[in-house]
Amino acid sequence: MIPLDQLTKGARATIESIETNQLPLKLIEMGCLPGNEISLIQKAPFNDPLYLKIDESHLAIRKETAQHIFVRLIK
Amino acid sequence: MSKSLNIALLGNPNTGKTSVFNRLTGLSQKVGNYPGITVEKKEGVCKLNRTTKAHIIDLPGTYSLNASSMDESVVIELLLNKNSKDFPDVAVVVTDVENLKRNLLLFTQVKDLGIPTLLVVNMADQMKRKGISIDIPLLEEKLNTKIALVSTRENKGLEVLRELLLNYRQLSTAPTIALESIDQDYFDNLKKAFPNQQLYKLWLVITQDVNFAKIDRNRVSDTTDFKTQSEPHLKRMQQKETVKRYQFINGILKETLVVDLDSATDLRSRLDRILIHKFWGYVIFFVILMTIFQSIFDWSSIPQDLIDSTFASLSEGVKSSLPEGVFTNLLAEGIIPGLGGIVIFIPQIAFLFLFISILEETGYMSRVVFLMDRGLRRFGLNGKSVIPLISGTACAIPAVMATRNIENWKERLITILVTPFTTCSARLPVYAILIALVIPQGSFIGLNYQGLMLMFLYLVGFGMALLSAWILSKTLKIQSKSYFVVEMPNYKLPLLKNVGITVWEKTRSFVTEAGKIILAISILLWVMASYGPGRDFEEAEQIVTTTYSELKGEALATKINAYRLEHSYIGILGKTLEPVITPLGYDWKIGIALISSFAAREVFVGTLATIYSVESDAEETIKNQMATEVRSDGTPLFNLASGISLMLFYAFAMQCMSTLAIVKKETNSWKWPMIQLFGMSILAYVIAFSTYQMLA
Repeated sequence: MIPLDQLTKGARATIESIETNQLPLKLIEMGCLPGNEISLIQKAPFNDPLYLKIDESHLAIRKETAQHIFVRLIK
Repeated sequence: MSKSLNIALLGNPNTGKTSVFNRLTGLSQKVGNYPGITVEKKEGVCKLNRTTKAHIIDLPGTYSLNASSMDESVVIELLLNKNSKDFPDVAVVVTDVENLKRNLLLFTQVKDLGIPTLLVVNMADQMKRKGISIDIPLLEEKLNTKIALVSTRENKGLEVLRELLLNYRQLSTAPTIALESIDQDYFDNLKKAFPNQQLYKLWLVITQDVNFAKIDRNRVSDTTDFKTQSEPHLKRMQQKETVKRYQFINGILKETLVVDLDSATDLRSRLDRILIHKFWGYVIFFVILMTIFQSIFDWSSIPQDLIDSTFASLSEGVKSSLPEGVFTNLLAEGIIPGLGGIVIFIPQIAFLFLFISILEETGYMSRVVFLMDRGLRRFGLNGKSVIPLISGTACAIPAVMATRNIENWKERLITILVTPFTTCSARLPVYAILIALVIPQGSFIGLNYQGLMLMFLYLVGFGMALLSAWILSKTLKIQSKSYFVVEMPNYKLPLLKNVGITVWEKTRSFVTEAGKIILAISILLWVMASYGPGRDFEEAEQIVTTTYSELKGEALATKINAYRLEHSYIGILGKTLEPVITPLGYDWKIGIALISSFAAREVFVGTLATIYSVESDAEETIKNQMATEVRSDGTPLFNLASGISLMLFYAFAMQCMSTLAIVKKETNSWKWPMIQLFGMSILAYVIAFSTYQMLA
């Protein structure tokens, strides 16, 4: 299990756990929930923000937020 | 008899909600602000049939009823306030075919409030291409509602929607999920305490940090007991609620929605590969910007010149056709040029918003935000600040208006406050004449000094914007916690109707809101320049004629005007100002120009032209006139020291009442424009002072 910001570009993973209190509810409502699939589409220069596909949503979040989401790689 | 019903449009951003609104209402819409805040309120009227009219509110885009921005809390306040005149008889949740799941989250929340709610599935034209098929009748049954399949692009399905709206009374208002299943004890107690209240509504009131000033405050004020649950606990319950809703939705979608991924053509990933590339992404963005600003300058200059000459000849016409008198002068020299000063900005505003709305409609804007966020965050700004900062090089007014899509209030405020530092087009005439006057010809490694100076001034403007943003971000104590979550929407072709309405609305609101203030100040400046105390002003003609008996005709008239101006209120103000600005290297005439150019910076040149009694205002003549101006000790007034000091003063000073007016409008208070006025002016003074003292 690794924090989301350590995912490499193009990798797919499953959300394992989230630190609820550190995350905006909005992110959770957009599908950032344990069990859902997540993939990293692109990192901006300096690896921040991250462009993700979470469940059905395409969105960008900052690295500081991504550190509170833990994922497991899909082999 | 005609009936009227209230309809509220809801939906995630980028679902085409506004397109549905535009299709239903056309141009019979009205955009204002919600009282006390700067969130746009869009309303319109739509005829459903011969006897029924619908009053439609296009609510700000929201992902759920748990507010995280001012825009979203507007939505909740309306839906919770049964006493509001806008409270909807029926709510319409608009979703696009691709983000059905996420929009259904919002749908279940709205429906759980007990408001009749129907679903619009927009962008139906995309279904085939994306390989999506939906079993509409089954979905209707499972959600216990009615669904209209709509394509706003092809103008299809809106008849069905109108029909459904007319029959809204048949919609079920049964809740979709049972809140009790989240925490049986908690919700049982809640029900016991407020037996007459709707459960989900209570829950929303407890969990929102929204300002429920007028809404049912008395009746649910005792909910404090239920807040004793620690905040993390409440948040966990909210999360549980979200999970419950998704379980409900996923269960339904499994039976009703089929997505055939193979048939989907992936425009997104192909475009993203170039548009947000680590290197090419920036190059493309830079090229797009250059194109936009070139066209803003080029295309606007033609209508702007036309506006300029039209208003000039209008003034001329009024003067020659109306009888002489105060009223004629006020009209010809105060009101008409004042109106001209408003209208002249329209081409730039319209062009800028034409481009911005196209970039937004296509989905490209989110990519820019993604690319720029990291760099700008260092200065307390946001990826979304990039558009205002760069539009500021054309004009700060549309730029300040363009800050509206920054959700975080602190970052938005900082962006508004620093945008006027960027070099706007009105500074150009001032720079042009001063550079020509004081910067020597010649070149340094092939770059000519004058061009370098101009570039330096642009860079200094940007640099100061970033520096002051950084300082403000460290000093402003504003709690506005908001997270950076930016949706990256699909790429699509812009809808011309949406673009047109945006351009029209932005332009209209500038003319009506900021225009009023600009007009008022123009008139004030005119009064101050046209009246003066004492006989020096009143008998200017006589005094000049006897003192300069050799002058005749035009030359005499301009001399009289100059003398009169010197003794008008504004002239006296310039003289009063002289001791303050002498250390910067200016005299009282420049003082007058500084004051009057408050109407618009480029007025500086025109004012000096009047004062120096130049007949024609061709730049060359003013330039020569300025070059011959001397101080009391015989040295030229405009030398390197005073010239650079003056240019830097214009680079930093808040010399523009129109910008102040728009900042007042956007921040809804005089506090911020005043801070801007004094902060920037003091900074400009200090820098101009030290520059002059160093160089002189």
